[in-house]
Amino acid sequence: MSEKISNKSVLFNPFSKDNPVIVQVLGICSVLAVTAKLEPALVMGLSVIAVLAFSNVIISLIRNTIPTNIRIIVQLVVVAGLVVIVSQLLQAYAYDVSKQLSVFIGLIITNCILMGRLEAFAMANRPWPSFLDGIGNGIGYAMILVIVGFFRELLGSGTLLGYQVVPQWCYDHGYVNNGLMILPPMALIVVACIIWVHRSINKDLQEK
Amino acid sequence: MNKQSNLYTIIYIIVLVTVVGSALGFTAISLKSRQEANANADKMRQILASVDITPSKDSIASDYARYITDSYVVDSRGNRIDGVDAFTVKVERQVKEEADERLLPVYECLTDNGSLKYILPLYGAGLWGPIWGYVSVDSDGTTIYDAFFAHQGETPGLGAEIEKPAFSDQFFGKRIFKDGKFLPIAVVKAGQHPAGDEDYVDGISGGTITSKGVAAMIDNCLSPYKAFLEKLEGGNK
Repeated sequence: MSEKISNKSVLFNPFSKDNPVIVQVLGICSVLAVTAKLEPALVMGLSVIAVLAFSNVIISLIRNTIPTNIRIIVQLVVVAGLVVIVSQLLQAYAYDVSKQLSVFIGLIITNCILMGRLEAFAMANRPWPSFLDGIGNGIGYAMILVIVGFFRELLGSGTLLGYQVVPQWCYDHGYVNNGLMILPPMALIVVACIIWVHRSINKDLQEK
Repeated sequence: MNKQSNLYTIIYIIVLVTVVGSALGFTAISLKSRQEANANADKMRQILASVDITPSKDSIASDYARYITDSYVVDSRGNRIDGVDAFTVKVERQVKEEADERLLPVYECLTDNGSLKYILPLYGAGLWGPIWGYVSVDSDGTTIYDAFFAHQGETPGLGAEIEKPAFSDQFFGKRIFKDGKFLPIAVVKAGQHPAGDEDYVDGISGGTITSKGVAAMIDNCLSPYKAFLEKLEGGNK
C-alpha cells in the first residue's frame, strides 16, 4: 500500500480531503477546550504537530521489532514520553501558555488522532512517509484549531492574540462581545460550520 | 528470536521503558531550574498584582525586590516565626492545617507614595478546582487596599471572572474589623446584603459557587491572621 500513495498526497491529503478533525472527526475534545483564545490554539497545534511527527517516526523505526500483542502499550509509552517532554519544554520556555493549556497538553496522549495515525500508518510504513503523515495530520488538526480559535477570540473577546482589534467606537455604539463564543458549545458550532462549508465545496465527501 | 514469545515481550518493554524513562529524567533535570524560575516569577507577579503593581515580564524580579521590603512568617498568635522563608511556604498545604498550627506568610510592601501594605496569601476551592489570591491590607490592619484572585479552571465568562479587576477592585476600602470585631468580607449576590453588618462585595452572576468559594477562602485564610492584624492596629493607635 505504501508504494501506491505518493509522499505528496500523504502530506497534503490531511489538509482537506482527509482532515482529521472535520472529516474523520477526531480530537474534537481538545478543539473545544483550547480554542477560546488564538494563542493557546496555536501552541496546542504546534505541540500536536511535534508529538505526532516524532512519535510516527519513532514507531515507524521500531515497527518491525514491536511484539504484536503489546503494540498499543508501546505506542502509548512513546507518545506519553514525548508529551511529557513537550509539556516540560513549555513550562520552561512558555510558562504562561503552559498554564493556559494546563491539562490539555497532557491529554494529547489520549488524542485519537495520534493513536489513529500510529496504528493505521506508522506501523505499516517507512520512517520518511510516516514523518510526512505526522506533519500533514498535525497541520490538518492545527489549521482547524487556529480557524476556530480565530473566530472565537475575535467574536468572544474582540481581540486577536491578546491585541484589541474591535475598535473602541464599536463598543461606544452598543457593540457587545458575544460571551457565548467563549463557552465550549460554540466551539462545536464553529466546527460544524467549517464542516458545512467544507462539504459544500467538496461534493464527493457528502453522504448520499 | 521469536518476537511473539513472552520473554521477548518482557525484555522489549523493559528496555523501552528504561530508554523513555531516562529521556524523561534527563529533560526534567535539565529544565528544572528554568521551570522554577518561571514559577517564582509568576508568584512574584501575583503578589505585586495584589497591590496594583503590574510590572512587565522582564522587570518582575527587580520590581519585586524594590516594592516588597520584607517578608516573614507569623503564627496564629501574631508572633513571628524565625527561620522560615515566607516565599517558600506552601499556602495550599497550610490551609488544610488547624488554624493555630498554620505557618502564615506576610509580605510587606512599600508603595510608591510611601505607605506600607501587608500582603496576605489566600487559597481555597472554586467550582472546578483550586482558586487562590492575595489581599493587601493597609498599615492599620483593618482596611483592604486591593486584592488579586486567580483560578485553575473556573468556567470562562462566569466563575473565571474573579480574576478580572472588575471583581477584585471591589475589595478596595473594605474593612475586615468593625467595632473591634473581626469580620471577613462577604461575597453576596449583586444587589443583596449579607445578614450581618460585615462589609461585602458583589459576587459573579452565574458564578455562585465560585463566589461562595471566594468568600469561604477569605474567611478561612484571613481569620488566622486576626491576632497579627490586631497587633498592627494596636501599634498604630
